[in-house]
Amino acid sequence: MSQDWPLWEVFIRTKGGLSHRHVGSVHAPDGEMALRHARDTYTRRLEGVSLWIARSSDIVASDPDQAGALFEPAADKIYRHPTFYDIPDVVRHI
Amino acid sequence: MYTTELGKTDGSLAQISQEDPALVEAFEARVAADEFIEPKDWMPEAYRRTLVRQISQHAHSEIVGMLPEGNWLTRAPSLRRKAVLLAKIQDEAGHGLYLYCAAETLGVSRAEMIDALHTGRAKYSTIFNYPTLTWADIGAIGWLVDGAAIMNQVPLQRTSYGPYARAMVRVCKEESFHQRQGYEIMMAMCAGTPDQKAMAQDALDRWWWPSLMMFGPPDDNSPNSAQSMRWRIKRDSNDELRQKFVDITKPQADHLGLEIPDKDLKWNEARGHYDFGAIDWEEFYAVVRGEGPVAKERMKARREAWEQGAWVRDAADAHEAKQRARASA
Ligand SMILES: [Fe+2]
Ligand SMILES: [Fe+2]
Repeated sequence: MSQDWPLWEVFIRTKGGLSHRHVGSVHAPDGEMALRHARDTYTRRLEGVSLWIARSSDIVASDPDQAGALFEPAADKIYRHPTFYDIPDVVRHI
Repeated sequence: MYTTELGKTDGSLAQISQEDPALVEAFEARVAADEFIEPKDWMPEAYRRTLVRQISQHAHSEIVGMLPEGNWLTRAPSLRRKAVLLAKIQDEAGHGLYLYCAAETLGVSRAEMIDALHTGRAKYSTIFNYPTLTWADIGAIGWLVDGAAIMNQVPLQRTSYGPYARAMVRVCKEESFHQRQGYEIMMAMCAGTPDQKAMAQDALDRWWWPSLMMFGPPDDNSPNSAQSMRWRIKRDSNDELRQKFVDITKPQADHLGLEIPDKDLKWNEARGHYDFGAIDWEEFYAVVRGEGPVAKERMKARREAWEQGAWVRDAADAHEAKQRARASA
């Protein structure tokens, strides 16, 4: 059985002004080849204007089991949202 | 679907009962609430294995599906048809790759999956073990086989495993052209000479029943479907999808002036659906067992393509090694 090439994550900017978004991954021996594979695999129909490639093993991800501890505190800090503050309707442009 | 053992689940309930009941319960609740499960989330081992099997079989089917069509590339009747067929085949390669990636997120390697296919351990859709005898078969495949695949794949865009669902969204966007180009071939043949129309009819005669079998065994003989439905891996039953396919396809055949090879096919006013004849499941299981007319030929072609492409992979490796050596020099 042959050995897999390293895995690379593929990000596409669908059009100017938008940020790159993850679309999938490809196997390739190096970054340059990964870019070619990504082009053939993910952009056959004008899906993008720019590609980013990153080695999957270089991505540091948060642990789903920690999602509560990481993201929930925001829910009890509602004063971070503009709707928390009562401003009379007569006061304009605020 | 492009899997031959649709709805089959792996692992027994006994195994699940050894898993932490709190984790299982939380998982079941998330799935029941239509949440997506992502690669690093906890999941029951049976769920993981069922998905690995289903997604890898689906991927293999996309890859093997290129072979019968590839046979016709050099014999396409015009440059336009050739360009279209080439584009469709490239899409199928892409579908295979999206799906392999999705399966890999469950901890199985690409090399393992390819090895399983090439050594005959893995299954792929039985539909590709039928021969493509004339150009009309390319029309019938696009119309019926891709049509049935679409019907199966659309609900999978909401399947519970995130990477599989996202791969299906991409696939579904691309499938519609596959079916339309096939139907267009059929329209051209049906508007041609009597011989050409007869070829179109012959292709429909041969591809109709295998296409209906693509939806998998009947619901009352699909014991593990319930588990897959509960886990939201599968979202519609085999028989529901098959009925939907028949209902949609019959008027399309009428428009072509072709006759579906089923004397029991008729509109049932009371049900609001077409009734249709019994499927020969013995034939289906024979083809699943690898007794399809061209099963051996397909695997031989697939292995040859892999072996004959080895020099390209070797060259890419050598190039990478050279670049690395230069960079560190
Ligand atoms: Fe496909
Ligand atoms: Fe297709």
